[in-house]
Amino acid sequence: MALSLQVFYLEGEDSVVKERLLDMAFEPKILALCCHYCAYAAADLAGSMRAQYPPNVRVLRLPCTGKLDTGYILRAFERGIDGIIVAGCLEGGCHFQEGNLRARKRVTLVRELMAEAGLEQERLEMFNLSSAQGQTFADIVEMMTGRIKELGPSPLREKVAVGG
Amino acid sequence: MIVAHRKNIQDLKAILAPHKKILVLGCGGCVTVCLAGGEREVGMISSALRIAYRVDGDEHEIHETTIERQCENQFIEEILPKVQEVDAVLSLACGAGVQSIAERYPNKPVYPGVDTKFIGILQEQGIWTEKCAACGQCIVGFYGAVCPLTRCSKAQVDGPCGGARNGKCEVSPEIDCGWQLIYDRLKAIGQLDRLLDPAPLTDWSKSHEGGCRKVVREDQRVKTPTSG
Repeated sequence: MALSLQVFYLEGEDSVVKERLLDMAFEPKILALCCHYCAYAAADLAGSMRAQYPPNVRVLRLPCTGKLDTGYILRAFERGIDGIIVAGCLEGGCHFQEGNLRARKRVTLVRELMAEAGLEQERLEMFNLSSAQGQTFADIVEMMTGRIKELGPSPLREKVAVGG
Repeated sequence: MIVAHRKNIQDLKAILAPHKKILVLGCGGCVTVCLAGGEREVGMISSALRIAYRVDGDEHEIHETTIERQCENQFIEEILPKVQEVDAVLSLACGAGVQSIAERYPNKPVYPGVDTKFIGILQEQGIWTEKCAACGQCIVGFYGAVCPLTRCSKAQVDGPCGGARNGKCEVSPEIDCGWQLIYDRLKAIGQLDRLLDPAPLTDWSKSHEGGCRKVVREDQRVKTPTSG
């Protein structure tokens, strides 16, 4: 029903209605960079628990968030991703001692660069959770999906980078 | 090493505004070590610039490359085809590297992507500090290997100013008093008597005050003055 309405209005002339419908139809693409030892297992647990969360997230496993490179985040934004979750172990609980603490510093640096470049910092957030927190993972995805829906699509969407 | 720090993305965007095809050029020397302009930073700055332009709806081609050192012609030659293809070069090297690229490619606009700060050391992970003013006539041997020109905020070579409090400079409590450091160091190595001697005169003509400097080593030269 919604789809047919959308098609109907898109063919019409009312650009305000068209824009509004496009906003309503916006389904963000969110990348979750998850540590193997915690968030990735928590995402798995969320599935086993049948916890419901929006299907907008794409999970990418890292051996530790300490593996996170600022380039992973920036390149993903360049390619039009709408939001990024970095999810590492609870502070003090990193399998490699301090990978999650280093990741947080890198996330802070990228957020600075995003602000300078004019991209909303809120599109990137780091979270800490344990492998037992399946529901927390679902809540994080829910919260970020809501936040990105409010922000709207990334201004870099559907535009392919030149060079590189 | 020469220590540099990245410029703000908005400032870079403004500097590069007239150009559509830009080469972001990294240097594998000092700026790689101080994490300001090496291959990794080239990737980071290039990505941030692409994002910044596209947020505004502008399309700019940003290319990336890093060479061994930007202060040597031998390495600069390697990038000739890439430089010819672009409208401008954003060099992430120190000020010497930027000028070196500009001299080699006289018709190409070249801009600095970092602010060159000082000659210094890695004090601890993530902290770099200034140690040398490149005065052209090293005098640290008289001062227990602590440079009064650099470490003393007033560059006093003949004793402390009297403004220090608890070993900290009156310019900022963050800065150690250079003369406190000199005293402590001379005491530690048993050379406090050096302070009784008058300070050697500083020949400022060997510093930048003597004009743009040059070191010529005939034993190293391939091109002799007569061979042209």
